[in-house]
Formats: sequence, C-alpha cells, structure tokens
Amino acid sequence: MTHFTHIKMCDLHIYSYPSIFIYGHRASGKSHVMHVLLKELELPHATVSCVECVSVALLFEQVLLSFFGCDAASLLPRSPSLSDFVRIYRQQCSQSPAKQTRYIVMEKAELLRDTDANLLPALLRLQELVEDNVTIILLSEIVWDKFRPNTGCFEPLLLHFPDYSKGELQQILSQDRHPSYTAEFYSSYINILLGVFYSVCRDLRELRHLAALNFSKFCEPLAEGKVKETDTHKLWRNIEPHLKKAMQTVYLREVSSLQWEQMQQMEEKESGALRGLSAHTHVELPYYSKFLLIAAYLASYNPARTDKRFFLKVDRFNFTPKNLLNHLLGPKPFPLDRLLAIFYSVVDNRVAPTASIFSQISSLVTLQLLTQVSHDDQLDAPKYKCAVSMDFICAISRTVNFDIVKYLYDFL
Amino acid sequence: MSKRKLTDAHLPVGECITQVQEILRERLCCQKLPDRPEGVEAQHKHLLELLKRTAVHGESNSVLIVGPRGAGKTMLLKCVLRDLLEDKEVQKNLLQVHLNGLLQTDDRIALKEITRQLHLENAVGDKVFGSFAENLAFLLEALKKGDRSSSRPVLFVLDEFDLFAHHKNQTLLYNLFDVSQSAQAPIAVVGITCRLDVLELLEKRVKSRFSHRQIHLLSSLTFPQYLERVRTQLSLPDDFPDGKFAEDWNASVKTLCEDKSVEDVLQRHFNSSKDARSMHMLLMFCLSRVSVSRPAIKPADLLEASRLCFADAKANMLHGLSILELCLIIAMKHLNDVYEGEPFNLQMVHNEFKKFLQRKSNSMYNFDQPVIMKAFEHLQQLELIRPVDSSSAKIQREYQLMRLMIDHSQIMEALQKYPQCPTDVKQWAMSAFG
Repeated sequence: MTHFTHIKMCDLHIYSYPSIFIYGHRASGKSHVMHVLLKELELPHATVSCVECVSVALLFEQVLLSFFGCDAASLLPRSPSLSDFVRIYRQQCSQSPAKQTRYIVMEKAELLRDTDANLLPALLRLQELVEDNVTIILLSEIVWDKFRPNTGCFEPLLLHFPDYSKGELQQILSQDRHPSYTAEFYSSYINILLGVFYSVCRDLRELRHLAALNFSKFCEPLAEGKVKETDTHKLWRNIEPHLKKAMQTVYLREVSSLQWEQMQQMEEKESGALRGLSAHTHVELPYYSKFLLIAAYLASYNPARTDKRFFLKVDRFNFTPKNLLNHLLGPKPFPLDRLLAIFYSVVDNRVAPTASIFSQISSLVTLQLLTQVSHDDQLDAPKYKCAVSMDFICAISRTVNFDIVKYLYDFL
Repeated sequence: MSKRKLTDAHLPVGECITQVQEILRERLCCQKLPDRPEGVEAQHKHLLELLKRTAVHGESNSVLIVGPRGAGKTMLLKCVLRDLLEDKEVQKNLLQVHLNGLLQTDDRIALKEITRQLHLENAVGDKVFGSFAENLAFLLEALKKGDRSSSRPVLFVLDEFDLFAHHKNQTLLYNLFDVSQSAQAPIAVVGITCRLDVLELLEKRVKSRFSHRQIHLLSSLTFPQYLERVRTQLSLPDDFPDGKFAEDWNASVKTLCEDKSVEDVLQRHFNSSKDARSMHMLLMFCLSRVSVSRPAIKPADLLEASRLCFADAKANMLHGLSILELCLIIAMKHLNDVYEGEPFNLQMVHNEFKKFLQRKSNSMYNFDQPVIMKAFEHLQQLELIRPVDSSSAKIQREYQLMRLMIDHSQIMEALQKYPQCPTDVKQWAMSAFG
C-alpha cells in the first residue's frame, strides 16, 4: 500500500515528532494502517477512541493502563485533572523509562475540540510536559485548520491519507469474493455495483455492505439455471433495478439490512410492500385532519396577501409563473385563525367549529406533521408551521380529490 | 577552531544512518538545547543577570518572556537555567517550581502543585488555610533555612502565563507578585507567554505589583542567516563516530543549501514564517526519507517536503468526494456567486442542481431527494458546510440554512485534480451563471 511509505517516515524507535495529525476520508485506511503498523513493529502503544471517552478520566485511565499497567491506572484520583495525569505519568516513567517511542493513537480526534479547552494543546505537547519519549497520533476526517485553538498551539506534523481511486476500490472489494464463484464473475458484479453507486458514495464500508447484501440476488438467475456466468448483459438486467431500489431503501437506512435480506427471499409480488421508516404515506388520517393538513400546507407556502385570491369564490386572474421561491425557503408560520379560515374555505360541506376539529389540530402536532412555533403558554394565538413535504401533501390531496397545485402560489 | 577528529573507525552504513537519525531527531523533535544561544544573546544575558540576582543576592524579581509560538522562549529559559545552575551555591540553594497554564487550570490545583514541588506535603499535612495568601505564606515560611535567618530563593516559572490570568480573581498571580514586591522571601517569577497583549489581561492590582519587565523574542533573522541556520541544523557534529561519513554528509548538506531550487523553497518558507519550529517540521519531513538506500538528503526530498507542508487540506478532502457531492458543492458555489454569500438550504441547492441537469448535463441524472439529503449530510459531517445558527430544533432539515466553508479557488483547484471528472460538470463549474 502506498500509504505505508508515508507512515514509515515517522515510526522509528528513536525520538519521534511529539504529535502527528493524520486526516482523510472515512474508510480510507487510517486506523487500519496504524494498527497493522504498530502490531507488526511491536511498538508500545495505547489506542483510544474519543467517542468512548465521554470524560477525560477514561482517556487517562486507558493510557496509563496500556503503558504502565493497572496499578498505575488505579493511582488516578476520582475525576482526575490533566495535572494529576501528567504527575502520575511522570512518576511512572521515571520508574520505567521508555526504551522505544510510545505511541498514543486517538481516533475520531475531532471530538477533542468539544472537551476542555486545555486538553488538546496539552496533548500536542505531551512529550515536553511529561519529559518522556511519547508521540500522540491524531486520526480524524476533519482538517487541522478547524482544530487550531485561538492562541495557537504546538503544530503537529500533518499527513493526508488519500482516498481510494475507482480501480483500487474495485480491487479491494473483489477480495471479499465468495469461494464458490470465480474471481471474474465477482469482479463483474463489483463493476456493476460500482457503476450504480460510485457516483453517489465512495465510502468503502458502505460499498462492502451493499456488495454483501446484494450478491445473492445477483447469483439468483445463475442458481436457477437461466443464465451462464459469462452472460453479463442478462445478469445486469436482472440486478440493476434491484440495486436502484437498494439505493432508495437500504442505502438510506430506510429499511434495515435484515428486512432487505428477507425481502429478497420473498416472492416478487409480495416484495412491493417494503415499508420504509419515513414512508408514512400509510398513515391514515381522518377526513377532516387531511383537510386541516392541506389547509396548513397552503397557509405555510402561500403568502398571506394572496389568500384573498385563492379562497374567495371569485375568478382567478392570469399571472406569469413565478419561480419556486416559497418552496425553497421553507414553510412560514401562520396563526390559528388563518388556518381555520383556509380550512373552512377548502372543505366542501359546512363544518361546525367544534372541539373535535381543534383536537385534530393538536394530534397533527403530536404526529409532527405540524410544528408549533409559538410558546406553549400563548393559548389565544398559537402559531404553527406545516412540516410535510410536497410529495406527501400531494398524496394526501389525491385521496380526498383535492387539486392542491391549483391553490399554490408558486405554481400559478 | 576545534580540530575535526578524523577517526579511522568505519561503521556500516546502516549504523551510520541510525546514528544520524538519532542525532538529528534529537535536535529537531525534542528541542535539544544548543551550547550557545543563537541570535538571543542579549536576552540571554538579561535573564541570566536577573535570575542570578535572585539566586545569589536574595533579591525578588519578576519578568515576562514574550514571543510568538516557536520563537524559543522555553528554550531560552532552559539555557539560562542550565548556565545558572553551573554555580555550586546556586545549585544547592535554589528551589524551582514549574507551573503550566494548560495543566494547572485552577488556583487550587496550582497551590497543590507548588506544595508538591517544594516537597512540603508533610509540613502542610491536613492544615486548612483561610485564604490563598495564608497558604502561600506558610509555604514560604517553611522554606526558611535551619537558623531561621533567611529563606531559600524560589524560582517560579509560569508557562502559558496568559492562561493564569483567566483564573478567578487572579489570586495566584496577585499573591506571587505581592510576595515578590514585599520582603517576605526572595522569589523570582518568570512568566512565559505567546500573547503580546498579556499586560492587558492583568487586573489593575496585579499589574501594579508586576515589575513591568518584559523580554521580547521577536525574530530578526535575515534570509542568509536562515539558510545558515538550516545548514547547521542538518550538519553532523565533530564527534560523530565515523569521521568519513560525517564529512561526506556535511559536504552534501552544503551542496544542498547552495542548490537554487532548494533556495527558492526555503525562501518561500522564510517568507511565510521565520520561526524555528516550522523549519524543524520541514527538515523532519526531509529527514524521514533518509534510509540505508538513500543515505543523503537530495533537493527533490526538500521539494517534496515543502509540497507536503503547503498542501491545502480542504482541497485534499474535496478530492475524495463522490461526484454527486461535488456537484452539490458546485451548485452551492453558484448560489454564493448569484446571491453574494447569502446562506442557502438543501432545497435551494437541489433546485440549482436540477437546473443543471435539465440544461446541460448528459452524464449525471437526477437522484431522489433522500439520496441528495444523505450526500448533503455527509458534507456537513466533513464540516465543509456549516449551519448558520445552531438552533435546529424547529426547522426541518431540508430548510436549515447553511454556509459553504470552501473558497472559490479551492473548488476550482480541486476540480482540476479530480479523477475522471465529467466534462459537463467541469464546464458547469467554470461558467459564470449557473
């Protein structure tokens, strides 16, 4: 791997630079190379994931444990400060000095910025503070410029882990091949997979996951005897719609991997009922709730001055179409009165303003289809915002035979 | 002039290289103290005088060493201490307390540390003191010599001095300076800080007790001196075991520094920052390429090291984005151009992208809104875009306003290097009006 040559520069057992910052995209091999290197060369190291260290005590404990054993770690007082850590480290390393450079590897180092302001600058200078041959290696996907404290700090050596090219991704993914199929067969599968997903996602982990999930479907026609291994066109035709569907569901984590696998085993006809997380088009609302929601959508996306034009029963004027400005900016808040006014205007039959109508508004808020913008104690003039998307409201309006597009200002 | 001791010992190349690495790394990485101060002779003399007056004559003093990061403040202090401690009397009597603003974040912790460093834990025991001043007075009292006539001189070194000024009421600083002004005990307070405006941070009562003595370390290096410094940093000392190897090495370093391309590179570094630390980083990159198969530093190594030092991190990250994410960034760039830097949300970016697809694209096709949302969120995780305000409670994700944290020129540079970038995307990026 080309990355080895980059790292090799700083790995000697003599004094190393006090801190090194390695950045690169996710799944570009940073932790992997680090671990392999430290293990192969058998260097004393402590690996800390900053996600696990909710408090600094966990970080200190882990470091002392890895270098000096659990006796040293138990010397830490309750809620230790950085001062305690440095003191204990100094005591311990005067008893057992480092014969080789000790490495502390911190993954997801961007979380260090959210801890105390003194932790990051102190860690960068740890070699100087404890007077020991120790090097801190920070791994992150955020660039160093976003880490630098206000008054500056000891600048670490910056190393970039480049991302994999398409060819390299293909090579790496082809290594997971199933033993009962040939390498060419698997690499043609990977080729097709990359063709669909490469323009959207280049994360190695995601691609491996998708490759593993969809391989059985790819091999299905082969198992059924319909096609031969070399019949790439037919195989492609079989798998391509399936991969497109995967992009809308599994890739977005709308369905879990388990659901996806189950779905693949079901018959074609049944598989249409794949329920995604955000597919709440199956939410069945009462009749008036639907109209309330439509009215809320109109109130959010039409400017108030245009209500007169839409909701009085008069002829409409002819206007030139505007651009989708209101739809780009997001929903606007509206008072309850306006909602009710529009509601009475769009509902066909006469509706009495009973408590059941108002309670339906509250339940829409609970379902998070409406959001309440005003404060809870403003009882007489509450304000709401509509929180549903265009597709959703079009689906709802279709079920009640209401042409919402005619009433939207942006679509005149 | 010391004579070069040419030994006849001839070590194998591997051994030589290891020795070279050891010596040079000690110099570059862990800041080995130079034998003589270079370029800071006046400051060295001043500080040495001051500390001698405290250590030998029992006079209390306070001083601040001020200079930008990497200027050599701590190194100066260490050199002065080393020279000071050559005197036997001083070595016997002087007590040192080293505090660091990054570690001692609280006055209480600082006091414990002082007690510990003066080895007075037993004397203090379980006593409870009413105030900081009492505690400090007790400590200094306890340092009095056996005949109770005078106290031993104590040197307080406060690293990251400006952080101490953020403690509550600045009690530690107040008390230390108070003691240095009154005749209680001979102490010297040396503060080291990178902030030039450190005196503004002190309260009035603290500032009045400070002697206003400042030693500034502002580098006045010229380029020839800088070049010379590079050469000396890379050269091997006279006592290197293999004399022939050392000679060859030093000769190659000399030719390296005379090379024109190397001089240009060093000029560029000198123009961006003169301090020793960034020079050491550059030399460290060069040094790491030295191995048995390449036993000397070549100009190409230095050029490569310079390229690594000046690499644009964000452009490197842009290189690894998927083509969809790159298109979203180009759409954001166009929005910024048209609306002059106003924040945008996902809907606007998607709209802009759709306009591109309708008009100009033949290689990209439209994706669903959730897929675009995922790409957008990935960009947010990489902190290439940032929300305008953090109150994301009441706003839907698609409508949350964001700003782009990348410059126009960085995007164009990244596009040049992007592997297999479709031409219509490139042309879209370069066109003036989305």
